[in-house]
Amino acid sequence: MEKLKLIVGMGSCGIAAGAGKVFDKIKYLQNNEQLDIDLDQTSCVGMCYREPLVEIIDNNISYLYGGIDEEKVEELIEHHQKFHLPIKELVVKTEEFKTIDNEFTDSQVKIALRNCGYINPERIEEYIANNGYKAITKIAENSLSQEQIIQNIIDSGLRGRGGGGFLTGLKWRFANNNKNAEKYIICNADEGDPGAFMDRSVLEGDPHSVIEGMIIGAYAIGANDGVIYCRAEYPLAIKRLNIALAQAREKGFLGKNICGIKNFNLDIHVKEGAGAFVCGEETALIASVEGERGMPRKRPPFPAASGLWKKPTNINNVETFANIPWIIFNGAKEYAKYGTEKSKGTKVFALTGKINRGGLVEVPMGITIKDIIYKLGGGIQNGKKFKAVQLGGPSGGCIPAYLDDTIVDYDSVNATGAIMGSGGMVVMDESTCMVDMARFFLDFTQKESCGKCTFCRIGTKRMLEILTRITEGEGKEGDIEKLEELSYQIKDSSLCGLGQTAPNPVLTTIKYFRNEYEAHIRDKKCPAKSCTKLLTYEVISENCTGCTICAVNCPTNAIDGGKKTIHFIRQDACIKCGACLTKCNFDAIKIS
Amino acid sequence: MRINRIAAKKLQTEPKEVDLSLIDSLIKKYKGKNGNLIPILQGIQAIYRYLPESALRKISDETGHKLSDIYGVATFYAQFRLNPVGKNIIKVCHGTACHVQDAKNITTALKEHLKIEDGQTTPDGLFTLESVACLGCCSLAPVMMIGDDTFGKLSGKSAVKVIRDIKKKENN
Repeated sequence: MEKLKLIVGMGSCGIAAGAGKVFDKIKYLQNNEQLDIDLDQTSCVGMCYREPLVEIIDNNISYLYGGIDEEKVEELIEHHQKFHLPIKELVVKTEEFKTIDNEFTDSQVKIALRNCGYINPERIEEYIANNGYKAITKIAENSLSQEQIIQNIIDSGLRGRGGGGFLTGLKWRFANNNKNAEKYIICNADEGDPGAFMDRSVLEGDPHSVIEGMIIGAYAIGANDGVIYCRAEYPLAIKRLNIALAQAREKGFLGKNICGIKNFNLDIHVKEGAGAFVCGEETALIASVEGERGMPRKRPPFPAASGLWKKPTNINNVETFANIPWIIFNGAKEYAKYGTEKSKGTKVFALTGKINRGGLVEVPMGITIKDIIYKLGGGIQNGKKFKAVQLGGPSGGCIPAYLDDTIVDYDSVNATGAIMGSGGMVVMDESTCMVDMARFFLDFTQKESCGKCTFCRIGTKRMLEILTRITEGEGKEGDIEKLEELSYQIKDSSLCGLGQTAPNPVLTTIKYFRNEYEAHIRDKKCPAKSCTKLLTYEVISENCTGCTICAVNCPTNAIDGGKKTIHFIRQDACIKCGACLTKCNFDAIKIS
Repeated sequence: MRINRIAAKKLQTEPKEVDLSLIDSLIKKYKGKNGNLIPILQGIQAIYRYLPESALRKISDETGHKLSDIYGVATFYAQFRLNPVGKNIIKVCHGTACHVQDAKNITTALKEHLKIEDGQTTPDGLFTLESVACLGCCSLAPVMMIGDDTFGKLSGKSAVKVIRDIKKKENN
């Protein structure tokens, strides 16, 4: 009988959900109760909705348990030691039998996330044991030329996963064409889209795949220095990257004559971003690495000709790099097997919002939005109605429920007015107000605008003012048209992607939910009952029992009525906080 | 990130006892290196938890960066603060997922409980309230972060309870 092995999922979200405590508890049991078990950690497997996750390997059979706390883990260990059988109702994933979460795992194809949640990210040996660094060794052993690799990546059809969707291989060719002794390769890990966390998960769960991708990219374009520009808000990712880089140096995957390839020298270091959404833009990112304000520059010259320190530079996103070693190792054909004609391979999405199974999913391109939401995501929370999904964050747009047959690939998504973006997918139900959603994103882009282009700087501000007015019941006839006009002007006159895409959330919500805008403006009503200034709270007298709980909890004492008498809300004093509604046990408060 | 972030403008006068010798090693490490300004500022903030004006002047004198450039960078990025902050910085996430799950409610409840506005520090210096764009724990929305601890699936009430517990600990 082999020793019991426990692996705790220690990604940022796992730790936030309490995985650290579970880990400590097992350690305590190991030390103080002399339990003969193995303990290890891994990162996010994507089932964020079941965190904290603990995998137990018993007799070489793996059972992944979800929703585990300190007490439950003790119970699990006891049970496994005694019977060597799983506690079935807590298992979320195993090869042995079907679980409630089978649909979540079955529809996925894991390429970029191949190791996330399976290996210990702080040990290079585990990465190597899973075909890690085999791609760069393959290049060395078969003396593949730069051109062969670039052609391979072009053949695979891989397009930039940061949102641009430009053919990665082609980008490499541009950088390669420029013959300069000094070139840079940069990994854009400044994941700024609020509501997206796939890059964080890859960096935390499998940093070596990104590093190997960068090594291959550096070889293909002829770069000798690499930078990973990572958000400072991701401390765990930065820590694991630095550990991984040190290990790669030690094993000779970074340094001089890497893998015996003559004159192929490369080192990579991490640069911490300081918090600016616009730094996701290539030229702004370069300015930031140079220590300046992260403001975009005019292109051309493109970074491939003149980038960091005016040297040819190639920038790819985290997920793009994570795909590279797999493509080189398994072949371009294998990768191109997945996906649609123009969008090959898989894409990682961060599925969040009002969805039952929120988490990280990697699906082949071409899957429908419906399948992602209902099959993988398990439908909408609390049985509510699906209204729209926001793709691409503040640069993207929303796709309404009736277009849920839309397939996920670059061109189909673009056709709806949204963009694929980096992969944030926020699901909204009937209680989400689309005007407020547009206001929310505009508020974000307006604050993140660097201020260089007038239309972006001032235009977004004017748009935000109009949207705020509308959500507060001060909308006027002609506001929608004014918003549209401003949107097109901002799109046309901005230098970088931030401004060019900032109006997208407004344009798509107007396109698909114009009636909601009109309801706010003409009837001063919020159909989703979300914009507080447009709501009135009233007591339903038939249901009111006079329990006083609403009056006691009202922060402004706006509710009159004593014990056993029907209560009344004074509208002039009501601040519309909703406390009465949440407190009432008799459904006696209504919003209109 | 930048949603109602801690005011970039200098509001308070600086405490007198800023020990500038603490940044000597930092200057030594980065002096003369390309692209050193942001790492230097990050280093200063790691020491003092904000960017004291006197430290910025010293950096300008010793590294040759113009004070105006330093100020430009310090006010551009959301990470940097020009004012001292409370012992515990409460970062309430207002990313998309948290927004959809009513993060506004959390901030309102905390504002009422602490009697401060977003971006301000309590008079006892215990708490600073801040709104951030995304902490990347979207599946636990709504989320807030205090120090290294993240609290998920909050309601206004449970968020206030977290604050109360910290206060209790501090007072003991």
